[in-house]
Amino acid sequence: MFENLTARFQETFRKLRGKGKLSEADVDEALREIRIALLEADVNFKVVRDFVSNVRERAVGQEVASSLTPGQQVIKIVSAELTRLMGGREAKIQHSPKPPTVIMVVGLQGSGKTTTVAKLGHLMKRQGRKPLLVAADTRRPAAIKQLQVLGEKIGIEVFATHEGDDAVQVASSGVARGKFLGCDMVLVDTAGRLHVDDELMAELGRMQKEILPQEVLLVVDAMTGQDAVNVASSFDERLELSGVVLTKLDGDARGGAALSTRAVTGKPIKFVGVGEKVDALEPFHPDRMASRILGMGDILSLIEKAEAGYDQTKAGELAEKLRTADFTLEDFQDQLEQMQKIGPLDEILSMIPGMARIKGVGDMKVDDGRLRQVGAIINSMTPEERKNPGIIGGSRRRRIAKGSGVRVQDVNVLLRQFDQVKGMLKQFGGSGKAQRRAMRKGIIPFMQ
Amino acid sequence: MNASERSEKLAQHNLHDKPKGLLAGLSQRLARTSASIVGQVQSLLRRRPTLDAEFFDELEAILLQADVGIKTTTRLLSGLSRNLKDGGQGRTVSGDDVLKVLKDEIVTVLGPPEPLGEAMESPTVIMVVGVNGTGKTTTVGKLCYRFRKSGSQVILGATDTFRAAAIDQLEIWGNRAGARVIRHEEGADPAAVAYDACQAAKARGADYVILDTAGRLHTHVNLMRELEKVKRVVEREIPGAPHEVLLALDATSGQNGLIQATTFKEAVEVSGIALTKLDGTAKGGVILAIRDSLGIPVKLIGIGEGIEDLRDFDPNEFADAVFQDLE
Repeated sequence: MFENLTARFQETFRKLRGKGKLSEADVDEALREIRIALLEADVNFKVVRDFVSNVRERAVGQEVASSLTPGQQVIKIVSAELTRLMGGREAKIQHSPKPPTVIMVVGLQGSGKTTTVAKLGHLMKRQGRKPLLVAADTRRPAAIKQLQVLGEKIGIEVFATHEGDDAVQVASSGVARGKFLGCDMVLVDTAGRLHVDDELMAELGRMQKEILPQEVLLVVDAMTGQDAVNVASSFDERLELSGVVLTKLDGDARGGAALSTRAVTGKPIKFVGVGEKVDALEPFHPDRMASRILGMGDILSLIEKAEAGYDQTKAGELAEKLRTADFTLEDFQDQLEQMQKIGPLDEILSMIPGMARIKGVGDMKVDDGRLRQVGAIINSMTPEERKNPGIIGGSRRRRIAKGSGVRVQDVNVLLRQFDQVKGMLKQFGGSGKAQRRAMRKGIIPFMQ
Repeated sequence: MNASERSEKLAQHNLHDKPKGLLAGLSQRLARTSASIVGQVQSLLRRRPTLDAEFFDELEAILLQADVGIKTTTRLLSGLSRNLKDGGQGRTVSGDDVLKVLKDEIVTVLGPPEPLGEAMESPTVIMVVGVNGTGKTTTVGKLCYRFRKSGSQVILGATDTFRAAAIDQLEIWGNRAGARVIRHEEGADPAAVAYDACQAAKARGADYVILDTAGRLHTHVNLMRELEKVKRVVEREIPGAPHEVLLALDATSGQNGLIQATTFKEAVEVSGIALTKLDGTAKGGVILAIRDSLGIPVKLIGIGEGIEDLRDFDPNEFADAVFQDLE
C-alpha cells in the first residue's frame, strides 16, 4: 500500500510550521505533496496540473491567519479551491414547464444506471410526483427484469418491451406511455456503453433527438480512474450532458473522478449514490467531496468540531480521573459519547494531527458498529456495576448480554479490554503516549 | 417472436459476430491503450531527447495517467533510469531504447503468465467476486462458454441473490453457454446456493462449478463476512476448493482497485484477477500496482460484450500489444 498520505502531509507541514508568511518555496513544497495526493485520489493528471498552478498563484505571499499555522493555511486554500471548483451552480433537476419531464440516464457498463434510475424515481415519488421508469436497456441480459423488480419494490410503474428491441423506439414509446398515464416524470434507463463505441453512442444521440429530455445525466462510478475525463468529455460532446450522478460513494474510493468530470465538462454533480438501497441517493456536497478527495483528514474541521462538541469541564474531570486511575465504565461511556458527537471514529482518527505518524494507526480500522455495541453493553449495566466492574459475575454478565442483545462473550471481551486499558492508563498516568500505545496494541475496544 | 426467441437470437448474434484470432482481437482492442501511451512517449522524446529531471517528470505523468499509481510508477522509472544510466545524464537516447527498457520493466513487474487453478479431481470450483458493476456475471458467462466449448460439464451457482434480476441474468448466460444454473429465490442465503451447486456438481460429475457472487463494496464488513461464509461452505463440501477465486476488476478503476484487491484477498484469498472492460480507453494500469504490492496475477481479460470476448492474460503478449505500434 502507498505510504500513508496524511503522514506525508504532516511531514511537509511540520516543516512549514512557525513561519509567518507563505514563501514561494514553502508553497511549492506543499503543492508537490498535494499534487501526489490528488493523483492518488484518481484526479486526472491534467486537471491536477491546472489545479496546482491555480493554487500556487493564490497561496504565494498570502498572510497566514493568526490562528493558523502556515501549513493549515495551505490546507485551507487548497480545500476552498477544491470546493469552489466542484460547487457553484445550483444542482437540481430541471423540471419541464410542460410535463412530463424526461430524464435520460447514460453511462459506461456497470456504473450503476439502473439502480440510479430506480433511486431517482423513488426520490421523485416521495416528492409527490408521478414518475414512470422506462427500460430502454434492451441489450444487457435481464436488465429489463432488474428495472421491473426495482419498480415493483418501490411501487412505480415500469414501461418495458423485450430484450433486443430498438432502444430508441422503446424510449419513444415509453415517453408516449408516460403522457398517456398522466405521469409528470419519465426516467429512461439506457444500456451501458463505451464512449468509444460509435454505433452505440450514435444510438443515444438518436434517442435524445427523439424524446427531447430536459436532463441527460451521466452516471460515473466513484472508483473510476484517469479515464473519467475521456468518458465524461465524450458523452458530453455527443449529448450535451446536464449533470452527473456519482455512484458507489459508500466505498472508500477517494473519488477524484468527481473533480475530473466537473473540470472537463463544467457540468454539476447533481446526486451521489451511497448504497444499494433505493433511498441511498443524496444531494452532492462539494465541501465534503473536497475533503474526501484530499484524503488528508480535515485538520481544520477537527479543530472546529472538537471545540464545538467537547465539554471542557468534563474533559478536565476525565483527565483528573485518569491521573488518579479512578476511571470507571461510566467515564468510559462518557468518553464514547463525546467521541460520537464529533463524528465517525475513523474519520476523527484520520483528522488528528500526528496520528498518521504513529506506526500502525493509519491502517487501523474502526468499527462504528462495535462502538455502538459497546455503548449498548454499558447501558445495560446498573450504575453500581459501572462504577465497580469487579462485581460483575457470571449471572450479571448473562443479564447484561441479554439486555444489550449481544453474546456473553462480547461482554467478557469488553470487560477484559476495559481492564487492560485501565491498567495501562494507571501505569502511564493517563498520558497521551499511553493512550496511543493502547491503540497501537489494538486493545481499545471498537478498534481492530 | 416471443421473448425467449428474441433472447436466443441475441445470444446467437453475440456468439458469432466476433470470431477473431486471439492476438488479432487483443491487439486491435489494445491499440487504443497502446496508441496513447506510445504516442505520448514518442512525442515526449521528440521534445526532450535528453534524460534530465524534466524528462522523468513527464514520463511519470504518462504512467500516472495510465492509472499505474505513484508507487509502481516510481519503481518503473527508477528501473528505467538505472538501465539508461551508462551514458550519464544528458545523453541522447532513442525512443526504442526507452521503450524497450520500459517494456521489460513492465513484464518484470507482471511476472510470468499463470493459468487458472484446476482441481486434481473434478469438479474444479471457481468463485467470481468483486465490487458492484465490474462485470462478474458477464465474466462467469464467458468463462462457462469457454469450458463448454472444450466439452466440459459446467454448473453455475447463482449466489448473487441480492441484486434484482441477477439470477435471471445468469440464467440467460447459462442458456447461451449450455450450462445448468443452480438457483434459489432472490434474498436466499448465498451459502446455501453454493452448497447446492457443489452437491449438484458432485452428483452429476460436472467438471466445473462457477459461482457468481453478488457485487459488494469491500468496505461493507457484513457483506465481506457473507462472502467468507460462501467460501467456507465450498471448502467443506469439496476438499481443495475453491481452486480459483477470481476478482473481477474494472479496467477503468483507479487506485481504489488496489484497495479492493487488498480487502478481497484478505477475506477470500483472491488467486487471480479478471480484468474487464479493457476494450475502452482505460489502461488498467492498476494491475501493475496490484501485482507489485500483492502478488496477485491477472489471469483473464474481458475485451467486449460478446460471449467469446474473454482471453487468457499473458504479460508478454500484453506488453507487446501495449508497445506494438513502435517503429
